[in-house]
Amino acid sequence: MKEHVIRGLDTDQMNDFITLNQGSGGKLTHRLIEDVFTKRFGMSEPLTDSAIIKDSTKLTSFTTDSYVVDPLFFPGGDIGKLAVCGTVNDLAVSGAIPRYLSASFIIEEGLPVTDLVRIAESMAEEAISAGVKIITGDTKVVEKGKCDKIFITTSGMGILDPRFEHIGKGERISQGDKLIINGPVGNHSLAVLGARNKLSFKTPIVSDCASLNSLIRHVLESSKEIYFMRDLTRGGLATVLNELAGMIKKGISVNETSIPVDDPVRGLCEMLGFDPLYLANEGKILIVAGRSETDKVLKIMRSDPLGKNSEIIGEIVPDKRNLVLLNTSIGGKRILDMPSGIQLPRIC
Amino acid sequence: MKYIDEYRDKNLIRTLAEQIEKRVRRDYTFMEVCGGHTNAIHRFGIPSLLPKNIKLISGPGCPVCVTGKGFIDKAVACSKMKNTIITTFGDLIRIPGSGSSLDKERALGADIRIVLSGLEALEIARGNPEKKVVFLGIGFETTAPGTAVTIKQCEINRINNFYLLNAHKIMPPAMEAIIQDGVALNGFICPGHVAAITGSGMFSFIPAKYNLGCVVTGFEPVDLMMSILMLVNQVNRNLPKVEIQYNRAVTQNGNILAQRYMSDIFESCDTFWRGFGNIPGSGLKLRKEYEKYDAERFITQDIRNQEDDGLCICGDILRGLKVPSDCPLFSVNCVPDNPIGACMVSNEGACNSWFRYRSDE
Repeated sequence: MKEHVIRGLDTDQMNDFITLNQGSGGKLTHRLIEDVFTKRFGMSEPLTDSAIIKDSTKLTSFTTDSYVVDPLFFPGGDIGKLAVCGTVNDLAVSGAIPRYLSASFIIEEGLPVTDLVRIAESMAEEAISAGVKIITGDTKVVEKGKCDKIFITTSGMGILDPRFEHIGKGERISQGDKLIINGPVGNHSLAVLGARNKLSFKTPIVSDCASLNSLIRHVLESSKEIYFMRDLTRGGLATVLNELAGMIKKGISVNETSIPVDDPVRGLCEMLGFDPLYLANEGKILIVAGRSETDKVLKIMRSDPLGKNSEIIGEIVPDKRNLVLLNTSIGGKRILDMPSGIQLPRIC
Repeated sequence: MKYIDEYRDKNLIRTLAEQIEKRVRRDYTFMEVCGGHTNAIHRFGIPSLLPKNIKLISGPGCPVCVTGKGFIDKAVACSKMKNTIITTFGDLIRIPGSGSSLDKERALGADIRIVLSGLEALEIARGNPEKKVVFLGIGFETTAPGTAVTIKQCEINRINNFYLLNAHKIMPPAMEAIIQDGVALNGFICPGHVAAITGSGMFSFIPAKYNLGCVVTGFEPVDLMMSILMLVNQVNRNLPKVEIQYNRAVTQNGNILAQRYMSDIFESCDTFWRGFGNIPGSGLKLRKEYEKYDAERFITQDIRNQEDDGLCICGDILRGLKVPSDCPLFSVNCVPDNPIGACMVSNEGACNSWFRYRSDE
């Protein structure tokens, strides 16, 4: 039977806003957890202090991440969806099959219960579609001003096939291997910026927030020459490329014209003085594939809805200084460096 | 994308590069005055397309870089006042003053907000009538009209909690100061957005008085390559003049309405430029009837601009006397993560552009 998300609100039992009482640990806390989380996440009763996982004899991948996005809801996603796909993607790019998540909530008193329910529903929905289970968690309510509406931490566990153990460290990468990304960069960052009402105009930009584990599984099962994967989150493509070059002690050559960027993102970046290569994504990965398998990998990626705009953007080159070199759109050459601090809109 | 792709056309750029190569017959040094040009030149890797004997040096046109530390200190002082919101362009927020920066003050609890225009700051003032809203007005002829319109709107709508901390400047006196400084130049890549307001005529004193060519230039790679070719031709023919390359935005007379706003609200004054010191007639101050909007009234301490000390050569870089790689601190102690001088902080600062977009040579 297909899993489905339990929706709706038991209004007669709930306050309109979260209060400190609901973080007291007593009856109200229990009711909050039961009403909002356990039934939606399909957790088994009774709730114990820790979940027990049976398949731990295999290689296990483990990760954790915190989500503090403002605003909580933005075009293409919300903090809940982000908290699931972010952690799912962290597991998937290390070659693991994501299985279980924990979810921990720090809630500011005064958060509308409807918002919390919307977030929980979104998490449940994303967990079902990614094929993971949220099996344990925690809820704390803090005084007004002690956090910003809601912070979520998710940890994730996945099963790692020993064949893919090398991927996380890129140990098998060699000169000539190709770099592929699964679509246009920069959308998430600008969708969030737009939703924050920081722009005096509307944009059609939607976050790319998505769980990529099915795409990644597909790629891993079809090719033996996947040597590295990383999701292009904070710091964007440029940061990941620099981290990779430093880690494998090789150079990377990237072609600016091959990197897909949607027109609205390009336009907004031109106006604000941002560089899309430094902007965060939540549904994009970089894959390093062996030369001989590149076309095959690209074809597989393009056959997946989340990879239909995949492109080969560059390759691994010999370089003692471990630099990332960008062939600019006009035929020039320059270093693509790590970003420093947050990007700031320019003056004119 | 329209208005972008055609100005980044690889084949057109190659043709221009070949034309430049063909015409080069000596050493040429051109100054790009505007920080936007510095950024574009390095972002697109323009130097890697030019013959070795064309040297581009950066000028004083990064508004953030030429703003004195004293201005930051004043902004910091305002941010510490009760019931005050500071509104600022993003670039300014990380610039170190003599003791603190707006970034640090924000972390300590000051209400500092990034805006994209003065009018956005005015909206914040309208929405927070119980607070003082101070807008940090910096920039050249490009941003000054926006500030002027904001003050006018303030007056019309009788908003009495909006204030301007003003460091607006105008470009020509600084360009003249550079020439008089004796920087060896063969021509100026003139700021396109400044000229869109003022008109290209503003630069005509440069060929007339100093025998140097000026090409008013747009901000895309084709614009820059075309302007460099035009300047090379001017030098070769020894016919310096003001030419407009950026003719899709710039005319001889400029934007008359914007000029009128500027002269209604501001009058000329002497002002401090980081790296230059005081330049007569290079600043814009509020006219007497608008002085009530001047945030200087809140500054009770004696805050003065001091020149940078120690090894930092931002001053010489802003005056075109040196390039970032001449600085002993550049990329060693002074990096974008830990900027020592202003030129490393702003995106449009010469050091920052050189560092971020350095070529692999």
